[in-house]
Amino acid sequence: MTGQISLAKQVKKVLVGDHAVAEAVKLARVNVISAYPITPQTLIVERISEMIERGELKADYIRVESEFAALATVYGAAAGGARAFTATSSHGLFYMYEMLWWAAASRVPLVMAVVTRALGPPWNIHDEHTDLLAIRDSGWIIGMAQNVQEAFDMTLTAFKISEDEKVLLPVAIGLDGFILSHTAEPLDIPSQEDVGSWLPPRNPRIPYTIEPGGEPITMGNLPKNDVYHALLKKYMDESMENAKKVIAEVYDEYGKLTGRNYGPLTECYRCSDAKYIAVSMGAWSGDIMGAIERLRDEGYPVGLLRIRYLRPFPEEDITAWINGAKGVIVFDRDYSAGLGGVLASEISGFIPSNVSFEGVLAGLGGFDVSPDEFRGIIKEFIDKTEREGPIKIRKYWYIPKVEG
Amino acid sequence: MVTMTELHKYGTRKFIMPGTAACPGCPLQVGMRQLAMALDGKFVMVIPAGCSSIIPGTAPYTAYTVPVLHVPFASSPAVASGIVRAVRQRGNEGPVVVWAGDGATADIGFATLSGAAYRNEDILYIMADNEAYMNTGIQASGTTPWMAWTTTSPRGKTEDKKDVALIMLMHKVPYVATASIAYPMDFIDKVRRAMQVKGFRFIHLHAPCPPGWKMDDAYTIRAARLAVETGAWILWEYNQGKLTISPPSIPFKDRARRKPLEEYLKIQGRFAHLKPEDIKLMEEKIDRQWDLILKLAEIYK
Amino acid sequence: MSVAEKLKGLLLSTPAAGAGGRTGTWRVYRPVVNYSKCTKCGLCWLYCPENVIDWLEDKNVRINYDYCKGCGICADVCPVKAIDMVREGVV
Repeated sequence: MTGQISLAKQVKKVLVGDHAVAEAVKLARVNVISAYPITPQTLIVERISEMIERGELKADYIRVESEFAALATVYGAAAGGARAFTATSSHGLFYMYEMLWWAAASRVPLVMAVVTRALGPPWNIHDEHTDLLAIRDSGWIIGMAQNVQEAFDMTLTAFKISEDEKVLLPVAIGLDGFILSHTAEPLDIPSQEDVGSWLPPRNPRIPYTIEPGGEPITMGNLPKNDVYHALLKKYMDESMENAKKVIAEVYDEYGKLTGRNYGPLTECYRCSDAKYIAVSMGAWSGDIMGAIERLRDEGYPVGLLRIRYLRPFPEEDITAWINGAKGVIVFDRDYSAGLGGVLASEISGFIPSNVSFEGVLAGLGGFDVSPDEFRGIIKEFIDKTEREGPIKIRKYWYIPKVEG
Repeated sequence: MVTMTELHKYGTRKFIMPGTAACPGCPLQVGMRQLAMALDGKFVMVIPAGCSSIIPGTAPYTAYTVPVLHVPFASSPAVASGIVRAVRQRGNEGPVVVWAGDGATADIGFATLSGAAYRNEDILYIMADNEAYMNTGIQASGTTPWMAWTTTSPRGKTEDKKDVALIMLMHKVPYVATASIAYPMDFIDKVRRAMQVKGFRFIHLHAPCPPGWKMDDAYTIRAARLAVETGAWILWEYNQGKLTISPPSIPFKDRARRKPLEEYLKIQGRFAHLKPEDIKLMEEKIDRQWDLILKLAEIYK
Repeated sequence: MSVAEKLKGLLLSTPAAGAGGRTGTWRVYRPVVNYSKCTKCGLCWLYCPENVIDWLEDKNVRINYDYCKGCGICADVCPVKAIDMVREGVV
């Protein structure tokens, strides 16, 4: 860890989420960026291109021919010892699916912004978390921001987390398509100088570099024994566990740097005296907090557990927060076909049998859910539990009526 | 121009450690050794899925003595683009080489190949062409010749051979050449000349495969030589605006001087089912290819 | 052990002979050099796929039978037919 950290000089700007991410990439002094357009991520790579043209960022900017190439090139850059970044969404993310797994298991540090978007058909460029969640098995650390400030902060810290020698896993930072990516909010941005002393350049030696004249190592040829493969997965698991601590350490330092203190893996809003816990990820958590406020005014003892990082899976946080709760209601802006909401399915295993549980599928395809609608859904869940005792509703489809 | 005298200095040098998993008589081995000699063993390789993923043996060891990154099938040109950007930033000017098979290059990796070529990435791309997906057990690829037997074209392939080298030429890259493992001096010179050029350099290396071509293990070099001597494989080189026929192929510009095509075909079991009219058609295709290359040599004078 | 160290030998490999096994055992025919015919041209060394032929300082050739797979390329390319492919097990 770096030495003494003092509060940075910060400038307030108003930026859309995508531009905030670009700002973080600039401050992290990324060496190689690959660019392929896909709505709603395109603003990120466009802004980075402008920054490079203006001389604000010295980096190799590679205009690639597909998202598969986008990840392959930054993966190559990382294997070559550079700090690398790319961004994508939905279909683009799925086009690089093979490379995602290869990159993670290669154990090179990488950061990628995933601006979440629904998958077709039918074509839909609006927000849905299914794309980001579809990579949850791949070995990528997955975080999701709630607002533009956090999108910036999570992108910046991602480099430190990924490159930590106890982690060495790529990090994907999710931000809601259009809702965050194209929405302007104010944020505080630390100076380049202050970021520079907290985040040094990438050390190419960690974990290895493929370079002409370098150590004659080969990455990836067949193992003599299949057990090696199992061992490597176990080591990946250990690194994921390490990541929990590293993420906490990094945010602790980042808090000293910026004055902003986060979760780090999760944050729980009004949970200390909550009997009912709502769970969510991403931007609509803000709307759910609005609902929580109203419910509290009505006397409902409810709080919101907001998941910041879904991988490594914050098991300890979740079990701690839901301990003693009478009911847990999970909001999924995603759908795993044949199962239900992804968050709900990941959390349901931790819910004791005598605790009420509901998994709500809402906002799919990007339709808005207002704080009042959230309030209605949560209220109904709590009321029902209070009346009938613990209920188990694995899939509650919230689909509002469409006007003519 | 490289000579055997010069290469003698590598007489006991193992650029590839012996004891690999390659089939006996493997042309990729022959080719890679020549590549390593051309580069004095100082380079990195990006290797997509294919025989060369398996040939080096198993971890914790490898037969390759240079840094190697094994990568997914379609990704090698893109990954190499990233590596070269990263190492050039650190002031390292060493060669970044993609060593890929025909399947990886002409088919599944075609998009990434095109992308890297059109961006003129500073990499040397060697397509080691054994004319099928050999590692998976001999399936037809884009560069499998017309009428060749493979497990997915048991009556003979109906499509023609994809001309990747000419496609690369049309990407306006600074260096494109064809080569053959039976003409090591020509290949080594070409690699060295390519290294004098900055930007995307592509070499299409002919690599006859005994099991895949249903041929005697010992005939690897013989087949490669016959391919050139019958005119079926044309050695040419495009270097920054000039396209020339390479010395070993010059005699065979003249149809009359080419050995009968049968000599090349009859040692390969994959062509055993060919009828005389097929061979005639094949000769016509060869004539047309020569025509095309010679005309291009006129254009790129 | 750091993550980087744990990867060595599992994800990362280093060069060694015999990484594909003791491939000399694959052989059915072994190449035998007739040194009286050999002109020390080095072509067998040049074309050997397995890199088991040494082209020594004095230009003599020496075959490493630990790894030679007996493909026969050396015999096929030898311009003076100085290499015979002899069936293994035949004395």
